[in-house]
Amino acid sequence: MRFRDAETASALRAAASVGVAVSAYGVSFGALAVTAGLDVWQTCVLSLLMFSGGSQFALIGVIASGGLAAGPAAIAGAALLGTRNAVYAMRMGPIVGPGLFRRVAAAHLTIDESTAVSTAQTTLRGQRVGFWATGILIFIGWNLTTLLGAVIGDLLGDVSRWGLDAAAAAAFLGLLWPRLVQLQPVVVAVAAAVVAVVLTPWLPAGVPVLAAAGVAVVVGLGNWFGSREAHTLAEEVATDSVATHDAHLGEHRHDGGEAS
Amino acid sequence: MTLWLIIIVASLACLALKLSGYLVPPAFMERPRPARVANLLTVALLAALVATQAVGSAEGLVLDARVPALFVAAVLFSVRVPFIVVIVAAAATAAAIRAVFGG
Repeated sequence: MRFRDAETASALRAAASVGVAVSAYGVSFGALAVTAGLDVWQTCVLSLLMFSGGSQFALIGVIASGGLAAGPAAIAGAALLGTRNAVYAMRMGPIVGPGLFRRVAAAHLTIDESTAVSTAQTTLRGQRVGFWATGILIFIGWNLTTLLGAVIGDLLGDVSRWGLDAAAAAAFLGLLWPRLVQLQPVVVAVAAAVVAVVLTPWLPAGVPVLAAAGVAVVVGLGNWFGSREAHTLAEEVATDSVATHDAHLGEHRHDGGEAS
Repeated sequence: MTLWLIIIVASLACLALKLSGYLVPPAFMERPRPARVANLLTVALLAALVATQAVGSAEGLVLDARVPALFVAAVLFSVRVPFIVVIVAAAATAAAIRAVFGG
């Protein structure tokens, strides 16, 4: 039995390239979290404990505009963005295998990227290696770069003079962009943005964002603007993950394409 | 509600969601609706956050240097420029506009 078969090597390569690319996001998260009002410790605990980029950005985004009063909306926003990780976890369950400790550790590492790299591999061994290697690499990289970004953000001070408020909007756009691959998500994105903007002058900070989530529920349950054939959950995750995977890998697009 | 409490509660909620996925029977995976709603939920929330971060403020809606910065970011993402480079470019755009025009 060879340890380093071709499939394992391919999974490790994909894990390394995705891990390095995603870790760089950590710097912007750390800087934006500090400018949103968190201290360096709170920023680092968020990356260690929550460990889900979209949810973390959502939490600090709502806190930045609404302060402590927006706490419940910030928690709800982070949790709603975390629901996709539950979908990924269902997909990863059979790949991770049994064992309480192993499953709890796997749950913490279940994010867009670890799921994407895993589902892009063709053998069970490759899928396992891809999941764990990507999850562990990003966990280390994301937390180290969060600390770096938080320290930099702390030193910068004035938020708007450095354009960091604009960087927050751009960061959300970057998380959204790879998901706009079909008509349905594009329609949902535009409608949700309109709903949020229209409600912003009338409701407390964070609440318009939650109201916009209603667009997804209505369109998703009715499958409006969607394709006619029914997709299984596994196919949805694979499509979703590969789209994210492609965006992160950039020049390594073929890695994700093979599995779809 | 303190900031620490918000951080801990939100983190535990996110971890509980991840764990819940490992407890659901695999047969659930054959249903298209939960997956579709979860994926679209992500899209809707991110789009709403883009919009509110771009034009929201304590006083309601404000059009300022964030909007052209977001436009620059959209153009760069469309030609597949790496995330971190786009973020820096967007911040630099807003900072430059403010340095020139004030505000």
